[in-house]
Amino acid sequence: MNETQPGQGGRAGDGGPQLTRRGFLRKGAAAVGGAAAVAAAVSPLRDLPGDDLPTFEKFFQRHYKEMTPAEKEAVLRRVEREVKEREGVEVRVGDPPPLTGVEFVYALNISRCIGCRKCVHACVKENNLSRSPEIQYIRVLKMEKGSIDLETSDHHYDPPVVPEHDSYYMPVQCHQCKKPPCVKACPVEATWQEPDGITVIDYDWCIGCRYCEAACPYWARRFNFAAPEVPAGQLNPDMGYLSNRPRAKGVMEKCTYCLHRTRRGRMPACVEVCPTGSRKFGNVLDPDSEVSYILRQKRVFILKEEVGTVPRFFYYFDERGSRYHEPIAPVEPGTADGEAGT
Amino acid sequence: MKRYLTFVWDCVRLSFVGDWRYHLWMTILTVVALLGLYAYCQQLVHGLVTTGMTDQVSWGLYIANFTYLVGLAAAAAMLVIPVYVYRNMHLHDVVVFGELLAVAVITMCLLFVTVDLGRPDRALHLFRRFNFPISMLTWDVIALNGYLLLNLHICGYLLYCAYCGRQPARAFYVPFVFIAIVWAVSIHTVTAFLYVGFGGRPFWNSAIIAPRFLASAFAAGPAFIVLTLQIVRRVTRHRVTDDALFTLRRIMQVAMIINIFLLGCEVFTEFYTDSAHVASARYLYFGLHGRSALVPWIWTAIAFNLLATFLLVLPASRALRTLNTACVLAIVGIWIEKGMGLIVPAFVPTPLGEVVEYFPTWGEIMVCLGIWAFGLLLYTIFVRISVPVLAGELTYEKRYGVQAP
Repeated sequence: MNETQPGQGGRAGDGGPQLTRRGFLRKGAAAVGGAAAVAAAVSPLRDLPGDDLPTFEKFFQRHYKEMTPAEKEAVLRRVEREVKEREGVEVRVGDPPPLTGVEFVYALNISRCIGCRKCVHACVKENNLSRSPEIQYIRVLKMEKGSIDLETSDHHYDPPVVPEHDSYYMPVQCHQCKKPPCVKACPVEATWQEPDGITVIDYDWCIGCRYCEAACPYWARRFNFAAPEVPAGQLNPDMGYLSNRPRAKGVMEKCTYCLHRTRRGRMPACVEVCPTGSRKFGNVLDPDSEVSYILRQKRVFILKEEVGTVPRFFYYFDERGSRYHEPIAPVEPGTADGEAGT
Repeated sequence: MKRYLTFVWDCVRLSFVGDWRYHLWMTILTVVALLGLYAYCQQLVHGLVTTGMTDQVSWGLYIANFTYLVGLAAAAAMLVIPVYVYRNMHLHDVVVFGELLAVAVITMCLLFVTVDLGRPDRALHLFRRFNFPISMLTWDVIALNGYLLLNLHICGYLLYCAYCGRQPARAFYVPFVFIAIVWAVSIHTVTAFLYVGFGGRPFWNSAIIAPRFLASAFAAGPAFIVLTLQIVRRVTRHRVTDDALFTLRRIMQVAMIINIFLLGCEVFTEFYTDSAHVASARYLYFGLHGRSALVPWIWTAIAFNLLATFLLVLPASRALRTLNTACVLAIVGIWIEKGMGLIVPAFVPTPLGEVVEYFPTWGEIMVCLGIWAFGLLLYTIFVRISVPVLAGELTYEKRYGVQAP
């Protein structure tokens, strides 16, 4: 490649001023060939679904927190229109605001849970989760009795009847952490914590880098690797902008404690469906709420306390045995029983 | 201004000129890059489902290559330090090649991140809401783009001065060279911090990752440049002395030894403690619950790295053939170790203990090859242009017969 130098007299082929006919034809052919090759390379784009190309309006849509009430209204109506056009279903997309004086927490009784996965599927229906590819917010782990090591858990248990002997069940979903690592991770602030403690995602702002998914210690976030599919007949028409409205391909989603229900005084779908009453949900700031009682009275623990994310999701178990013992005096420190007396 | 446009135009023209070997090489690279573009267009249409990534292993080959290439880009500084800090003039002539490599490689890094995005059409959201300084990803955006601009400026300025036939003014590039040295360390540190900062991923949550990144970058980068310089001096008239290559060899020796030492520290801490944290490392080195897709890869990497280190410390690697073997081994070994060996195992098992393996798809591999081909294409063009320009064979004066004012 050191033979021909431009600027030394324009030999044929170097693009100098004295263009020969042969050189011109050769270059023309190369240019046409190149253009054809590029066209062939981008040819799959012909199959790009029309709604994948953002309209002017969508492209310049502002971040959820920056929208004026009028803009937000317009966006809500647009989403309704889009669902109507695509699925032929009338839906209502609302945006209920967080309630003042409310901080939601969840408590799950692992001595009662029988691992029936009804919560998983109620959640799928309520939140319009993609059936293909399958997305589920709740993962129920079958745990070995006597161990809380997640690594020994079975995610894909499939017996004819539950519960199985010698195992207990630990459903895991978004823990709505007070110090959420996913929110820290997001480079564009597409995910944030609401005043009522729920971490939400603006599906129209997420760029799909999946950094939040890597950050989450509870594996609570899901990514739309393909365009989500929900059969039109099974679409839940009661939608929230920050919760269960249809998502696009290439964005993250997660459990929102069904905020389109809970901010209007209803229970999350998973709580409502649970046949054993293992799932409790409510306002922790209200001392008379059931969850407040549980946090005060029950033996509560949180999963992976050591990662320091301060979850708003608590596991607890019923006391059996211990409370039936007659009260006895504790062992004094320094006695024959050693230091155990506290 | 007009002269600058002439310069750009001459560069474009020059990149199309060469002998048949040059044209063949460029054609192959273009074809592979276009195949990659084709695969990427498929991915745009169908979504990231065309890759092997899942919710369980949510980052794969793209981020692995990205991580490796950040290290390669930092290597430019490895050439610059001896020249400007220690006044070792053996390397003076090759500094520009190192910095051009940085430009090409950072471009590849940015492409790898872009193809990994689920919504590349929203990339501009970075300009509208930027979670700085909380999100480490925003730090990385600044570090990488800043490094790209710094190197573009330094190379562009030096080349343009040579084109105009005038001596570069030190004030216009020497300060930037020193900033770039610090910046090179920062791009790698920041990229390491991208992974290190999460309590939920014990495999990454280790202070040793950033130093190891640097050590392996200081080895793989010079290795790549040793090979490139030999190609440059074979196919062009540019003179590269053996001394320059051997200076790089010395950098590699030290870096490889440190890299292996740090690996040892890491392996000891994980396996001697033998706590629950070791699961990912166990998966990587020995397999977990009968799943062992990464095991052959990592042992290959370790064997290559050990062999490369062994060759480098032997006097035998003063022979170019041995040195080249060591370089190839180090490049491949570190690519596996930094890519498949660092990114993927952190996702296995998942935070909930599920073991799902990752296998890249052909589409994903094609996109990666396409980006590599595009990067090599860029670098070939850069070298193609800079050799005659730096040699003073292509100047404004020679081209237009007028002394540049």
